[in-house]
Amino acid sequence: MAEKQLMKGNEALAEGAVRAGCRFFAGYPITPQNEVPEYMSWRLPQVGGAFIQSESEVAAINVIFGAAATGVRSMTSSSSPGISLKQEGISYCAGADLPFLIANVMRGGPGLGNIAGAQGDYFQSTRGGGHGDYRLYVMAPNGVQDMFDFPKKCYEVAYKYRIPAMILADGIMGQMMEGVEIKWPEVDVKGLEKQKWAIGTNEEGRERRMVSSYDLRDGMLEKIVLERAKRYKEIEDKEVLWEEKMTEDAEIILVAYGISARISYAACRMAREKGIKAGLLRPITLWPFPKKRLIELAPKTKNFLAVEMSLGQMVEDVRLAVNGRTNVNLFAKPGGSPIFAEEVYKAIEDIVKKGAKEYATVK
Amino acid sequence: MQLLNERPKSLLDVQMHYCPGCGHGIIHRLVAEAMDELKIREKTIGVAPVGCAVFADHYFNCDMIQGAHGRGPAIATGIKRSLPNSIVFSYQGDGDLASIGMAEIVHAAARGEKLTIIFVNNAIYGMTGGQMAPTTLIGQKSTTTVEGRKTEVNGFPIRMCEMLATLDGVVYAERTTVHNVAGVVKSKNAIKKAFQNQIDNRGFSIVEILSMCPTNWGVRLDNPSEATKYINDSMVKIFPPGVYKDVSAK
Repeated sequence: MAEKQLMKGNEALAEGAVRAGCRFFAGYPITPQNEVPEYMSWRLPQVGGAFIQSESEVAAINVIFGAAATGVRSMTSSSSPGISLKQEGISYCAGADLPFLIANVMRGGPGLGNIAGAQGDYFQSTRGGGHGDYRLYVMAPNGVQDMFDFPKKCYEVAYKYRIPAMILADGIMGQMMEGVEIKWPEVDVKGLEKQKWAIGTNEEGRERRMVSSYDLRDGMLEKIVLERAKRYKEIEDKEVLWEEKMTEDAEIILVAYGISARISYAACRMAREKGIKAGLLRPITLWPFPKKRLIELAPKTKNFLAVEMSLGQMVEDVRLAVNGRTNVNLFAKPGGSPIFAEEVYKAIEDIVKKGAKEYATVK
Repeated sequence: MQLLNERPKSLLDVQMHYCPGCGHGIIHRLVAEAMDELKIREKTIGVAPVGCAVFADHYFNCDMIQGAHGRGPAIATGIKRSLPNSIVFSYQGDGDLASIGMAEIVHAAARGEKLTIIFVNNAIYGMTGGQMAPTTLIGQKSTTTVEGRKTEVNGFPIRMCEMLATLDGVVYAERTTVHNVAGVVKSKNAIKKAFQNQIDNRGFSIVEILSMCPTNWGVRLDNPSEATKYINDSMVKIFPPGVYKDVSAK
């Protein structure tokens, strides 16, 4: 049997990253993600890695820009307002094809908002976030086990396609404690492939290397961005992840990620007890979004119900995929207020039993 | 025939984009000569700024990285802490270092990062066409101070070497010029020393070099001495050359 430990979400994220080969972390304090830099500050030196508490989130992401360019597996983490500050640097990393891991332990917004768990950064995460045409590989954990496991997958995708990867968690995920099974062997960093693009000391006399996100020559930037778009297409084809529960016969399919997916699953079970055939589709990657699967499911169900802790952001991706084939409803709650399974069940009942069309808690 | 001088190995044989009379070309050569003489080219990584020297990554013959405006010292920190045996320099202008990148330079200095900073101060934003810089002199005309910089509206120029010298993480801070031969020689020695400190694992070193911008100063382009005269008559009074800190000298 695999080793099992009781871990806090943020610490599982940090330990999972270290075991996935992370050897460099830069960050700045912000609630509710403080356990990540705190953990990294003593853990990374144990494995010969480096930790820097930088003067700002802006500096942290640029320290990562430099570190990632040397090929070291690197990471930064923050929460919503801090992630906004990092957007310039994330755009530069995307433009320079630098792989690294960024975690957003979301809180209520906009502005300083509050420090409760929320899901209001979906647009920012899945549309790039900073300036210019780019994407991030975005994974949404819905338990402490995922917090521990996802850094490994993020690094694999990030290095394979040279794209920044994001773990989009929330304050609840960061703060809660659960048992974690340690199922995979620690990544041996010495065994990792040396990157042909990485800058560094050049004792062997190879061609000099340049890392940058600019090209002013006529038409060159278009070529570079189009080449990157091919990698994005390949990620959409090969790296999309989702999970389904009770969707085979469902007359209503809830679509929810992260903590909302757990609450939605509880609501689905309540509905099943009452004889309503409810199911759940949980996107594990938010970009790429499991749109092909939604298209397959659309003719088989009467209703989708997007459930999220925001004004209704992911619902737009559901609507884009479903494209009018069936009814798309929304249960949304912004401002970091928790969603209760009973409320979601009530929405299911209103839609299925009372035939509510285009039901929405937020109009 | 005897070859008296040649292009440093650390400088690529490419056409530069700098204007006639600009100091960047001289300073690039001095940095490259220092890298050659200290035999560190193979282990050196340079950080190019945003501003006139943005294309420095195409000019230096070593691994180069080009990042966001003002963030050079943060990027350099990431490189140096990942590869402690490398030699890392950040080449920055006055808008880059003393305005948008003020936090990054101060905190890299405060942490005592083992870096070499080449700070080119020409008292103007060159690449964007001559706007007021944090180092623009009182009374100096720019495209955003058309009647000259006024203290009541625009405040005062910032003296970076003096400021940074107060920080314990800084081992060496010197201001030089490239407006005359003596200044060029001093600049070369200062740059070499700033690299030597890093080779010796000492700590944060910065060389601030007063440099000409004939194009955006609005002086006559057919007479380079007008620009060098501006440094000699005006800039050195506000930014006096000299060694502001040298821990290694003790």
